[in-house]
Amino acid sequence: MNKIYLSYNNIVSSLGFNSPTVVENIRKGVSGITLIEDENLFPTPFYASVINSNLIKEAFESLGSNDDYTRLEQIMIISLDKTLKESGVKLTDRVGLILSTTKGNIDTLDPKHPMPPERAYLGTLGHIVKNYFGFTTEPIVLSNACVSGVLAVSIAKRFIAQGTFDQVFIIASDVVSNFILSGFNSFQAMSSLPCKPYCKQRSGINIGEVAVSVLVSKDHDNLVPEAVEVLGEASCNDANHISGPSRTGEGLYRSIQSAFKEAKVGPQDMDYISAHGTATTFNDEMEAIALNRLGLDTVPLNSLKGYFGHTLGGSGLLETIIGMHSLYHSTLYSSLGFTELGVSQPINVITETTTKNLDYFLKTASGFGGCNTAAVFKKVQS
Amino acid sequence: MKVEQLKIKEYCSIFNNKVMLNEQLIFENQETDFSSFIKLAYKKLDTNYPKFFKMDDLSKLGFLAADILLKPISSDSERPKNIALAFSNSASSLETDRKHQNSIVDKENYFPSPAIFVYTLPNICLGEISIRHKLYSENSFFIFNHFNAGYLYDYATCLIKTGKADEVLCGWINRDADDYEAFLYLVSTEGSIAHNKEEIIKLYTRK
Repeated sequence: MNKIYLSYNNIVSSLGFNSPTVVENIRKGVSGITLIEDENLFPTPFYASVINSNLIKEAFESLGSNDDYTRLEQIMIISLDKTLKESGVKLTDRVGLILSTTKGNIDTLDPKHPMPPERAYLGTLGHIVKNYFGFTTEPIVLSNACVSGVLAVSIAKRFIAQGTFDQVFIIASDVVSNFILSGFNSFQAMSSLPCKPYCKQRSGINIGEVAVSVLVSKDHDNLVPEAVEVLGEASCNDANHISGPSRTGEGLYRSIQSAFKEAKVGPQDMDYISAHGTATTFNDEMEAIALNRLGLDTVPLNSLKGYFGHTLGGSGLLETIIGMHSLYHSTLYSSLGFTELGVSQPINVITETTTKNLDYFLKTASGFGGCNTAAVFKKVQS
Repeated sequence: MKVEQLKIKEYCSIFNNKVMLNEQLIFENQETDFSSFIKLAYKKLDTNYPKFFKMDDLSKLGFLAADILLKPISSDSERPKNIALAFSNSASSLETDRKHQNSIVDKENYFPSPAIFVYTLPNICLGEISIRHKLYSENSFFIFNHFNAGYLYDYATCLIKTGKADEVLCGWINRDADDYEAFLYLVSTEGSIAHNKEEIIKLYTRK
């Protein structure tokens, strides 16, 4: 089977509008999470990672489009435009488009939104992005809760392996909305302070928004310096509960085991784990249990939620892209918000940004519906 | 594993107040709306799973269609259990999304509920099926404007060919304002119907 790579990439976020700027901010320990006071989003002030609307407007206007696009569509287009142009890939019937999102344009269901509620159909969103860029293939929208961003990489790899496409562009995004904030708040899952993944003092999640894009390709000749090979990936359900993770971490355990098997690697090969770490009591505990069952307790690990909050359908791909840059810069980035271990099993949370040669990393994610995904990546350039 | 050996073992549809298993009508009731119809079908099919009544419409629809195809397999412990789920639709979880939206639209009458919010993701339906049949397997939920046999064919073939699944339960489960439609088929190494795009379209349009 051909090797499959992640190559050109972009991040549009509260920490910048391109991957190098965002990664540099992470290195400096800057968080995109701030206190937001906006009654249209939530009745009381809340911590979230929200992209500056003026910067979105400026970046979108520079693309010169006269049509009306929602906030989500604009950030998706800004991100994918950069990745697409830099890659130089021509959009033929061999090039696929995958959108990863949990809720898409869900804010258009609000009667106060200027766009009609029909805009909330995810297939419509897929076609808006397709038509903007002129993709010739039917868009694939993946909506699989909080694992969508990593699962999209698996799915792109599988469609390439199957011969459906030679190259796939993934665009992954969700926006901060009244819909999402009210829902997570009804679960009492939101933290009243900036989130603290794996920490003793953690008290829940912050919501965030990003648009991130990547080129998945089997073309070894069109790779960026930070490119990685997708060595193995798998997704396993907990078969346990729809809104809470398995107490034994069963689905995550099986996902990692299965991804390792395909990648022909073991726990001893992993240099870094980019974990999910939402900072809820149950999620972080479940991850610690699953990682211990696999003998991964000593591998340096971080959650990037302290920088971006939980960016839902964007998070898995966002964190994968940061992982690519982590390998490229030979740097382990600090798990922001963590001070004291607050899970029952030992894990090696990165407390200070440090330099270290890195070749392999594991990305994991878990979400509602009992879904879990794991993927193993290897640095291409030594 | 040779791709040309893959088969469609069985298929099921719930549509127009009828439940079909392969070519056979197994339940029909034209007198009721969706909400009563799906409960009557549940009883008629001896489903016996009280959690069913807590589910939203999309999950009820997907759960029942899947149960018809998977019950004989999951009650037989000798059979392989690595059955992946690859579902698709056009309306995602919009019918439940609208309910959640209605609960937050009025600041004076604000009552978001976690029991509703959890169903504002289409893959919750896959979680419900996985719990019922103890499937620790691959789950993916795709959204297309229309049923897309080509993508489902390629995806299921790849999952089996690469050993990620022994069988794949594929199809279309849609619930929108005035409309519902379920069509599921089990891709396997056994069966009498060839697994190819043309057959999938034929079975989908025949329902």
